[in-house]
Amino acid sequence: MSNDKLTAINELINKMADDQLILGHRNSEWTGIGPVLEEDIAFSSLAQDKVGQSYNLYNILHQNGLPEPDTYAFNRKPNEYKCSHLVQLPIGEYDFSLVRHFLYDHAEYLRFGMLTNSTFEPLRNMARKFRPEIKYHVFHANTWIKQLANSNDDAKLRIQTSLNFAMPYAFSMFEPGKYEALLIEEKIFEGEVALQAQWKDYVSELLESYGLNVPEVTDVTQHYGGRYGSHTEHLEPMIKEMQEVFSQDPSAEW
Amino acid sequence: MKHISLDPRVNRMELETPEDQIVQIDAEKEGWITYEVFHQKKTGTQHIHAGIVHAPSDEMALVFAKEQFARRGSTTGLWVVKSANIVATLAEDAEVFETTPEKLHREPSAYKVRDKIENFKKQNEQQ
Repeated sequence: MSNDKLTAINELINKMADDQLILGHRNSEWTGIGPVLEEDIAFSSLAQDKVGQSYNLYNILHQNGLPEPDTYAFNRKPNEYKCSHLVQLPIGEYDFSLVRHFLYDHAEYLRFGMLTNSTFEPLRNMARKFRPEIKYHVFHANTWIKQLANSNDDAKLRIQTSLNFAMPYAFSMFEPGKYEALLIEEKIFEGEVALQAQWKDYVSELLESYGLNVPEVTDVTQHYGGRYGSHTEHLEPMIKEMQEVFSQDPSAEW
Repeated sequence: MKHISLDPRVNRMELETPEDQIVQIDAEKEGWITYEVFHQKKTGTQHIHAGIVHAPSDEMALVFAKEQFARRGSTTGLWVVKSANIVATLAEDAEVFETTPEKLHREPSAYKVRDKIENFKKQNEQQ
């Protein structure tokens, strides 16, 4: 494999893994304080799935010559992470966490769907393995958003307000990387532009069917930067907390 | 006074509660519905009662049931049904299921191993 191709693949996997890890960590902050017991368990379980998926992605990176998963996940400086701005925002109120979960998981489901045909075998296998799990994540998100959007005025207003806030950030998931053309040409991944278009059509139709307004976003680039290591103020304190245990003894066996 | 609960199973027990201990429930705000969950382990097998969940709608009940009862081991399907839709016999009527000792022949359990015994006898006669 050419050096460029390897770098392109690693860049793609790296940003996916970082998104999964950071959002998994964020969502786990709800553990123990979820709105009802059943949902506390459900949301914690979804968060755990995300971290598990990130481990599998970091493992592919390790096979491609990067450090082993634990070290790579927990031993980087904030500006070395390639996560999007959407996933690093604080959990806020439950309506925001649900809306982010909805916007993110639809994108993830479509991305993994594209990758089930990737010419890069480890990624293709991983996408096929985890797609059923993500299908349930999407089912969970849809059910909640539909339920609240059709509930009382307070619930509906909260969901709409969170949607208006989150939508511009959602486009940060599709910030193109340096090697888009190469990934498309080599049929490794169909590219962020194609994914964004698919996602936008898909979530817009769903949100409208729930009676919600789809916010117009004129500048999709306004929250770009995450894929190149430039982050919001929220990431650094979160990373510090996430690394707290690991940094006490980086060589510890678990 | 009769105890009135949001949970139909509690109502079925017909508990007597002293007047001053009764807490008024705002059904509008607290109105989550109790659902019975049935779990299917393998395609073709029966759905077996697994427990209950509380949820505001049928769809949410399925989501919660998946998390509570289908996280470990294998699952091929789930049913949820509102507990209020279960029609049940009363506990005090349990005696109607009792059979008098002289009518034990009516219970299929009396014939459980009959076929095996007959087969075994037949085989031994032939030898």
